[in-house]
Amino acid sequence: MRLLIINGHVIDPSRDFAGSADILIEDGRIKTFAKEGRIKENQGKPEPRVIDAAGMWVVPGLIDMHTHLREPGFEHKETIKTGALAALKGGFTTVCAMPNTNPVNDNAGITEFILKMAQAAGGARVLPIGAVTKGQRGEELAPFYAMREAGCIAFSDDGRPVASPVIMRRALEYAKGLDALIISHAEDPALAGSGVMNEGLLSATLGLKGQPSVAEEVMIYRDIALAELTGGRLHIAHVSTRGGVRVIRQAKERGLKVTAETCPHYFSLTEDAVAGYNVNAKVNPPLRTAADVEAIKEGIRDGTIDVIATDHAPHGREKRTRQFDDAPSGISGLETALSLGLALVDEGVLTGLELIRKLTVNPAGILCIDKGALIEGTEAELVIFDPEKRYVLDAEKMISLGKNTPFDGRQLKGRVIKTICGQKVLEWD
Amino acid sequence: MLSGRHLLGIKDLSAQEIMLYLKSASSFKDILKRDIKKVPALRGRTVVNLFFEPSTRTRTSFELAAKRLSTDVINFSAPSSSILKGESLLDTALTVEALGADIIIIRHSFSGVPHMLSKHLRVSVINAGDGTNEHPTQALLDAFTIMEKKGGFEGLQVAIIGDIIHSRVAKSNIYCLKKLGADVRLIGPATLLPECFRDLGVKTFSSMEEGLEGADVIMMLRLQLERQGKGFFPTTDEYFSQWGLSNKRLRAARPDAIIMHPGPMNRGIEISSDVADGGNSVILEQVTNGLAVRMAVMYHLDERKEQ
Amino acid sequence: MPKKLLDSKEIDRTLTRISHEIIERNKGTEGLCLVGIQRGGVHLAERLAKKIKGTDASSSDIPVGSLDISFYRDDIRIRQPAVSRTDMPFDVEGRKVVIVDDVFFTGRSIRAAMDAIMDMGRPALVQLAVLVDRGHRELPIRADYVGKNIPTSGGERVEVMLEEDGHEDGIFLVSAEEKEDGQGGHGHA
Repeated sequence: MRLLIINGHVIDPSRDFAGSADILIEDGRIKTFAKEGRIKENQGKPEPRVIDAAGMWVVPGLIDMHTHLREPGFEHKETIKTGALAALKGGFTTVCAMPNTNPVNDNAGITEFILKMAQAAGGARVLPIGAVTKGQRGEELAPFYAMREAGCIAFSDDGRPVASPVIMRRALEYAKGLDALIISHAEDPALAGSGVMNEGLLSATLGLKGQPSVAEEVMIYRDIALAELTGGRLHIAHVSTRGGVRVIRQAKERGLKVTAETCPHYFSLTEDAVAGYNVNAKVNPPLRTAADVEAIKEGIRDGTIDVIATDHAPHGREKRTRQFDDAPSGISGLETALSLGLALVDEGVLTGLELIRKLTVNPAGILCIDKGALIEGTEAELVIFDPEKRYVLDAEKMISLGKNTPFDGRQLKGRVIKTICGQKVLEWD
Repeated sequence: MLSGRHLLGIKDLSAQEIMLYLKSASSFKDILKRDIKKVPALRGRTVVNLFFEPSTRTRTSFELAAKRLSTDVINFSAPSSSILKGESLLDTALTVEALGADIIIIRHSFSGVPHMLSKHLRVSVINAGDGTNEHPTQALLDAFTIMEKKGGFEGLQVAIIGDIIHSRVAKSNIYCLKKLGADVRLIGPATLLPECFRDLGVKTFSSMEEGLEGADVIMMLRLQLERQGKGFFPTTDEYFSQWGLSNKRLRAARPDAIIMHPGPMNRGIEISSDVADGGNSVILEQVTNGLAVRMAVMYHLDERKEQ
Repeated sequence: MPKKLLDSKEIDRTLTRISHEIIERNKGTEGLCLVGIQRGGVHLAERLAKKIKGTDASSSDIPVGSLDISFYRDDIRIRQPAVSRTDMPFDVEGRKVVIVDDVFFTGRSIRAAMDAIMDMGRPALVQLAVLVDRGHRELPIRADYVGKNIPTSGGERVEVMLEEDGHEDGIFLVSAEEKEDGQGGHGHA
């Protein structure tokens, strides 16, 4: 099968390219990438199916470094199948599945199970992230080598911090033998306490326990110091605070090999979204202040923050009827990330090329995978995206089983029209 | 007139709405002075006290107020807040509604529970205290007491002392008094009184002497003793020595200052007995006024429900 | 245009007549008290009390109370909830209570007023004085003293304007189309 995409605004950060180009796909692989002019060489082959992408962005399949697929154990929140399909609808052809399932992905058996389910699902490629510690209990290291062998791409206890500095140090040291990445959920558990939102006047006036932003800052500082001590590869997940951005920026200035991600909600929303006890705005780390949002944007702009990840954290419908303190944290984010990211381009924080870079080659580089680029000969994974299309988000129409999003009912701009994955062309309404 | 059919917090009320409650409370207080302390205003209505946190005082006050309005009252007390969570909390409220309740009075140890339930219920919801958020009827009865004693609020110096951050009474009172035009000062150790409160337009003090200077109204809060040893304050002795209200400290305030406390008091910890029982204390009148104010709240919300 | 039914002079004459009837019926002013229903009845009760005292030289001041019947109404659901003050500066126990209202209509307000008074004590007797009786009774209640009977249709409204509220005294019949303007009056729709 041959597929010719013409007239699109093609963005390929791997070659620093953003402009008009035509792409010819043959048998699920990128055959030709033509910056100028039409692709003519039919050479006796059948006429390709032509996709006219006028007015559209044509970008590499996005990579989400931070996804919760919930299976095994919480299939009412999400399954690998629904999550992997939701990813494709959101433009992500690769997602990294966090290990806080039940049982925890802390051994090769669970890793293999996830990969088997993902293969059957036929959605986005799923790269499992293994737990740092057994059962994510923060006590004993999980078997990194066996899990890596089984297919784990990185290690993290995401969902909870590695509380013990000693265990974190050992994890960074031990992972070095594999050159494996440790992803830190940076939250000092004592400082964070039982806080359910950002600490400040709003938490005081809502009567909700606050989580101070220093709980994140202190932990990022600790983990950077440990990475410096050990020489391990450290990636900071979901940075939400001004202080966190500052600490990471300083570490990078000193030449440390630390990387960082943030999530769309941390540059799209402030803690005000929580007012009225809106459980859909309950997320961990919590939504912060306008000053933090500005600092996150600055971190995105100046490269302190390398990656935009979704922290897709679907929950069942019961979340809606829980009291705020008891409601689980998280936002179902796969299907809104690109729209929210586009707002950064509209605001002038990033160019389209830089935005796509933080969603493709940057995570690919950190994860050491050959994905996220439009290179001739590689498997065709690309997304056709209409940056002007406005729509009102209806959470009920999302593919993800998690309808928990504070963006429900909001007008968003920019929508994935087609996701091309090898031989498959998926069209979204 | 009232803007909603629930009373979830003072935060959502206008000064006019607060004054409507206070004015009507005067009429209800007259009724409480009669031999027949009951009016048929809400005859046939059913009021349910849905308390997920034990509180004999508040529950009794609401119960008696409801009975004085000729309603039928049911007390539905859950032994412990931790038993009823998630869906079952809403299910409980829906069950109570299906039994035919017209007004549900909710107390819960988690902030926002009345707000969450009100979104799913057709009946009127009254917040009788939610976590560390608000206790609106307490603030209304405090304001009513101040109005009776001081005649008004404009420029009145009101000091609120104690564990501000964890006190729903303090928060409702801050909103209420600010809306009515009083000057509010908060006094307490910084562990219990974060600086961010200043953004509400109040003054904060760590010293009692400074904070009480010239005060017209002194509002003491109950100190939750379980905060001791959690890093908020070291000992109750030290707390009393710095933030307890004694006759000596009282001298800084105006001689006609009134002393209020939502009860139950920790004598010798936040307030000395001679002050609590002294001539400036209006603590027992607050209890009586609580009935009148709660009658006014139920009366007006019932009106609202039908509109 | 609202139709004027009684002017200032006629209202005064009517009240004088009622005051005489009250004295006559009760054989003097012993134990007499007047209770005006908020808000229109209160001013009328005060005027009547003055006239009674002026007529009967032996009489001391006739106590006047004002009664808010909000808590006793059977129709609070459709009424505005503004609560006025009940002020009864005397004990009704054993007294002859004359309830005073401006417009006598369905009888429901009077029923509520009687219940309210009974909850304050046990009067020796209760009578009713009204300035206007417009008919359409829904309860078996009859006035003891009537200023003027004015037959009305259901859609009409009787407005009583009084000096005490800053108007010129007058009683008006307002037709159905004009009804929304009721500023200051206490007509009972």
